[in-house]
Amino acid sequence: MSVLVEKANLSLKYIAHYNEVKELLFEGSSDVINAARKKAFQDFVLQGIPSRKNENYKYTNLHPRFLPDYKFVHQRENNVVDTDTVFRCDVPQLDTDRQLIFNGWFHKNDNGPLALPKGVILCSLEEIARKNPVLLQRYYTQIAKTDADPMVALNTAFAKDGYFVYIPKNIILKKPIQIINFLQANNSTFVTQRNLIVIEAGAGAQLIMCDHTLNQNQYLNNSLTEIYVGENANFDYYTLQNQHNKTTGINSVFIQQERDSALTAHTTTLHGGLIRNNLNIVMNGENAEANIFGMAFIDKKQHIDNSTLIVHAKPHCRSNQVYKYVLGDESTGAFSGQIHVARDAQKTNAFQRNNNLLLTDQATMQTKPQLIINADDVKCSHGATVGQIDEEALFYLRSRGIDEDKARLMMMNAFAHEVVQEIKVEALRNRIDGLVEKRLNGEVARCHECNYNCES
Amino acid sequence: MSDVVLKITDLHAHYGQIHALKGINLEIKAGEVHAIMGPNGSGKSTLANVLAGKEEYKITAGEVTFRGENLLDKSPENRAKDGLFLGFQYPVEIPGVPMANFIKTAVNEHRKHRGEKELTAGEFLKLMREKMELVEMKTKLTNRSVNEGFSGGEKKKNEIFQMAMLEPKLAILDETDSGLDIDALKTVANGVNALKSPETASIVITHYQRLLDYIVPDFVHVLYRGRIVKSAGKELALELEERGYDWIKKENGN
Repeated sequence: MSVLVEKANLSLKYIAHYNEVKELLFEGSSDVINAARKKAFQDFVLQGIPSRKNENYKYTNLHPRFLPDYKFVHQRENNVVDTDTVFRCDVPQLDTDRQLIFNGWFHKNDNGPLALPKGVILCSLEEIARKNPVLLQRYYTQIAKTDADPMVALNTAFAKDGYFVYIPKNIILKKPIQIINFLQANNSTFVTQRNLIVIEAGAGAQLIMCDHTLNQNQYLNNSLTEIYVGENANFDYYTLQNQHNKTTGINSVFIQQERDSALTAHTTTLHGGLIRNNLNIVMNGENAEANIFGMAFIDKKQHIDNSTLIVHAKPHCRSNQVYKYVLGDESTGAFSGQIHVARDAQKTNAFQRNNNLLLTDQATMQTKPQLIINADDVKCSHGATVGQIDEEALFYLRSRGIDEDKARLMMMNAFAHEVVQEIKVEALRNRIDGLVEKRLNGEVARCHECNYNCES
Repeated sequence: MSDVVLKITDLHAHYGQIHALKGINLEIKAGEVHAIMGPNGSGKSTLANVLAGKEEYKITAGEVTFRGENLLDKSPENRAKDGLFLGFQYPVEIPGVPMANFIKTAVNEHRKHRGEKELTAGEFLKLMREKMELVEMKTKLTNRSVNEGFSGGEKKKNEIFQMAMLEPKLAILDETDSGLDIDALKTVANGVNALKSPETASIVITHYQRLLDYIVPDFVHVLYRGRIVKSAGKELALELEERGYDWIKKENGN
């Protein structure tokens, strides 16, 4: 069989699967989700699984990851959640309102209902679709378009559940919401997770998303989160990725910001097999601000690709991006950051920086800044560096009696520190600081009882 | 003799293709201050870096003993812990490494090496305050990274402060005076003098006699083309200040 046919067949496999389970997908889902499903499927058929010829997936070859015969989770699994064992997020002093996602499906915390302010909703996508389809319809698929990215199309075609967050006007959450995302199955499993977050005008919230794997099976997790940040609203979105080496994580996050809103999106990748993070932000009102931070620590044959697109659609907005990677062994990294300043989006301030530390000669990094500027009164800048640990600085530390290993660790920590310190939730910041140090130290940074399968 | 701190015998070193040190002989005893002077590119900084253990320099012949042990076999960190200190000509900025964390780690590594207990946070802060006062260091160190954003003078004072914290047996100060105004120069010199003891020794590398007004050397050596071509008392420094290096160059065939 030629490679070409094989590739076409790979997409066909998923198309065939959709047709096989179509009834199951439509059954029990609301019209809102099902209406989008039809078009999404068409869009997936047109696009197929992206190859490296697709400019947006140039540095990440997804094809081998779609080859295995995965089991799908199109229905809610019951009695799989053993909250006694999985609810051990051991972050001290991290006081959050916590819920679970299990193989893409939302599960309520067994410890009883959360004491959320009146009007705040934290439930499953399935539940909101059933109880308030009007609310869902207002936002669902409004930001993530299925014709622009096949992974968005595939997610929307298979979407059944995920979490839904709604913060009504002028409500400020005191505690962060924490979603713990677990993968656990007896077979190789394909997981689809679809989330929606709506922060209404003047509201404020923080959300912490922790990704974990519980056993060594192979997973492909295609998750998509749409986030709407209303006028003068404030939202902080933290992601901690800590999954084993057989996991493929495709995490697409689409954010729309209205005027005067402020966003922080912060991603820490401690571990994962292949991770592709898509972060798309549209600044849809004046005077919006987005601060975007990412850091990744990878080794062995891991691959991490952060792809960002910041659209400055309106004047007077500010965006600031800092991504830092530490790559060891034969790991590979990619960063592509696109900033798009629309016509008449004057007085835009857009900054982007990507710094990478290669610890070995075998590790590689691809970095691609792209600035498309269609306005003439803007400040935009980008910078990228790929380098090794500064030998002069290393010698300086050693000349004061600090052992080489320790000195290297201090330097790596120093490198990551800039991104760590941007975490505003203190307990989380301290925890991630500790995890990063452990990770850099060569100890497995466990923040949960999960298997990393570090051999592969 | 037991009070010899450093003994360099016929030391040759290469930096890439350059034969930078061509047979250095030098003996330094406890309590002594040696000044090393010489024109640019004569090998002064090379000597300092070789002694501190910088790996870019290849030792091609000779030996160095430090406090009776072979120095050249040891890693930079072990040389430091044995009591050798290099005050850098250009102290490097290390963003993200907090100054206090850095110096605390260094002090505790030294203590561990000597079989002493690590300092508690309280003890460390007390020591730090004492030593900062001793070297008249006014720079706020908390919440700052190593040398980051320090002025030229602050960086040099920071070197002397680190020296005070680590209490070396042999301090090598590589052009600590360059780029300093006269007040900063005095402060640095006062710091060095305050740390002087009958058990310790120092090597002061400089271009200018003016530092030696404040740190009075017992010996002055002129390094030229990788060799010590002249050694004498402190009066040699004055002569060099007056006459420059041309006569040295002439005497040595250029």
